[in-house]
Amino acid sequence: MNIIKNRYLYFGISLLVIIPGLLALIFWKLPLGIDFTGGSLLEVQFASGRPPTVAEVAVVYEEFSTSTRDLSNPLVQPLGADSISVRSKEMDDATKGQVVAALKERYGGGQDVTVLHFTHVSAAVGQEVAVRAAGAVGLAALAILLYITFAFRGVQHAFRYGVSAVIAMFHDVLVTVGAEALLGHFLGWQADSLFLTALLTVIGFSVHDTIVVFDRIRENTNKYRRVDYETVVNHSIVQTLDRSINTQLTVMLTLLALALFGGESTRHFVVILLIGIFSGTYSSIFNAPPLLVVWENKEWKTWFRKKEQPASL
Amino acid sequence: MTRRPYLMLGLILLLTALAIWVDSSQRITIINPFNQKTLVDRNVATRLGLDLRGGLQTLLEADLPADADITSDDLGVTRQILENRANALGVSEVVMQVAPPRRIVAEFPGISNTEEVVASLQQTGLLEFVDFGTSPLEPGTVIQTDYGQSPEASATAKPEATATAPVEPSPTPTAIAPPEAAATPAAETPTIYHTVMTGAALDTVNVVRDPTTGSYEISFILKTDAAQLFADFTKNHIKQYLAIVLDKKVISAPIIENEISDGRGVIRGGFTSDSANTLAVQLRYGSLPIPVKIVESRTVGPTLGEESIRRSMVAGVIGLTIVILFMALYYRLPGVLADLALGVYAVTSLMLFKLIPVVLTLPGIAGFILSIGMAVDANILIFERLKEELRAGRNLRQAIDLGWSRAWLSIRDANFSTLITCAILYWFGNTFGASLVKGFSLTLALGVLVSLFTAIVVTRTFLHVVLDNVKFAEHTRWFGIQENPR
Repeated sequence: MNIIKNRYLYFGISLLVIIPGLLALIFWKLPLGIDFTGGSLLEVQFASGRPPTVAEVAVVYEEFSTSTRDLSNPLVQPLGADSISVRSKEMDDATKGQVVAALKERYGGGQDVTVLHFTHVSAAVGQEVAVRAAGAVGLAALAILLYITFAFRGVQHAFRYGVSAVIAMFHDVLVTVGAEALLGHFLGWQADSLFLTALLTVIGFSVHDTIVVFDRIRENTNKYRRVDYETVVNHSIVQTLDRSINTQLTVMLTLLALALFGGESTRHFVVILLIGIFSGTYSSIFNAPPLLVVWENKEWKTWFRKKEQPASL
Repeated sequence: MTRRPYLMLGLILLLTALAIWVDSSQRITIINPFNQKTLVDRNVATRLGLDLRGGLQTLLEADLPADADITSDDLGVTRQILENRANALGVSEVVMQVAPPRRIVAEFPGISNTEEVVASLQQTGLLEFVDFGTSPLEPGTVIQTDYGQSPEASATAKPEATATAPVEPSPTPTAIAPPEAAATPAAETPTIYHTVMTGAALDTVNVVRDPTTGSYEISFILKTDAAQLFADFTKNHIKQYLAIVLDKKVISAPIIENEISDGRGVIRGGFTSDSANTLAVQLRYGSLPIPVKIVESRTVGPTLGEESIRRSMVAGVIGLTIVILFMALYYRLPGVLADLALGVYAVTSLMLFKLIPVVLTLPGIAGFILSIGMAVDANILIFERLKEELRAGRNLRQAIDLGWSRAWLSIRDANFSTLITCAILYWFGNTFGASLVKGFSLTLALGVLVSLFTAIVVTRTFLHVVLDNVKFAEHTRWFGIQENPR
């Protein structure tokens, strides 16, 4: 099995996955949830089993709009058969009480109306969270880069290992964020703080996987000093392949169980994790080690001389 | 080599037994058998986060300009007052934490009257000066006063549940002439106390030091319209107690030593610099040293929480079963041993969650399930290595030791990087009171640490013990290596 030989093919596959996500990001933007933009999310259950329609809810919300509080055009989505979720601009707890009372009076059918979930986040806090989140990802990348460079200090060009691992990591971040943008557009998902948690987990796993492969390269370069670098890297990937696939399988199976049986509230989170962790395993086999080879051969010098080759990230 | 694994096995079994005991208890009590003293007495009930049991979480922020200087003391006092208020509403298990520099996270598990609670957080609080006559109450006592009620209403009000036991020892000072211990039978007789004036009557409040003794005092000046009222009252009530009551809770009960006729008075007592400042702040601001507004609130109904727990449990059991089967089928005997180690891992982690304690949220449970994946990964790394060494012709014992020492490097580096991510997540969650993110990083980090222990110590011990009792040469298939020398 020669993975290194076909490295540009695998880079190409990565681009094929990333580019649609990037386009979705550019044209549709990442649908940010209220955790990052500020606003309110109200989930109500109607014991009568007949929740009001989108238009009916919008009318009620409109009535509670004031000059300082714009509640017009709420985003209403059904949630199972008897519940709805409503997203709007920020609304405080007192107003929420009035809105729910109004909904109950008009559309409750004389039966109970239960607030399943209510969140409101002020715009300032939301923005701060978004900025800090980006900072957290950057900080994680930097910390990991430093750690790998330190852990591989015995190997020639330890810095390359750190950089390649971080590039693979950003590959997974792009895949995950792109997937969120695509799914957000088609399924109405919004990136909330759980999405952020998923993203950071993906980063953790991605680096985890990459280090396992790199560790084998580290061991093998010391063992087979006469063999050329490409062969050593390829050999290392093949040696760790069983492990990569088995670990991938167990994690994916656990996540799949969560996705199928774990309930609505975590499904979004789990699906994003599934995508990200799959990407993490892929990049740790097909991106990060080949990048080391590209770097070793300084292949970018010949990229534009021969026929067109897809560039790496 | 033969003795040590058995010693380790004994320790592991002991740990497992301990973990199962803690996991299945709500409260653990250990009594020293020699002198019957209680050594450990802890509530170890599993703590569920708001998303699982329902309730309200709010993020409060100082309602001041961004460049305003907010001291951590002010924030702390604000937190304390808000907590007292929430407790006064009868909400149990309120958790309030400051998130410097300008925020406070408040959690109210299991409540449904969220609007009422939120309203009480946002009100400005009521400071009263209450006539205690000759019998003072301990600071911290919750009382009823006649403030805001018409005289008739206060006279006919039902004397029920007025004085309750102190909610917690309040850090407030005992004022002038600290009341003797015998002075509190009043707690038994429900009384509605008379409010002489409210905090609105205070003009300025300062902490000063007595020039001769150097002790801390609080000097205050009343507004002119209140000065006369206060002069009359103090004249008629010398040697009686005038309590300072905040949100119906006694914070200090000084004795009136002489008439205060010009509206200028001093509260004296065994103050430290800190306690004097705290009381001064409470007097000065009526209640909150800094005004707060609610910038975020999350309400989860209890039904949603129950459903989530049930579903997560089902998913967890299914996921774990699949992993256990996979390990046993693919790795044979070592796989079965790893499954046992996984059992040790699960009960140990759960014990840690209960002891620390970690508040379990939905992402927290997800983090735990993910860490199971990492625990399995450590085992897989070792077994793949073990197989390689066996194929390279080493005997089994050598292969086990080599497999472990070589796989250890990968496991260490890989898990360390996960821990780095966890630390950054935890910091992120902490800064924003995002307890969901915090819970996730904490359970994942704990899981990673415990998984290192189980993979390196537990599985290895199990393997060594089994090898002592099984002839490897006759059972190579148990290790899944005979048929495929790839």
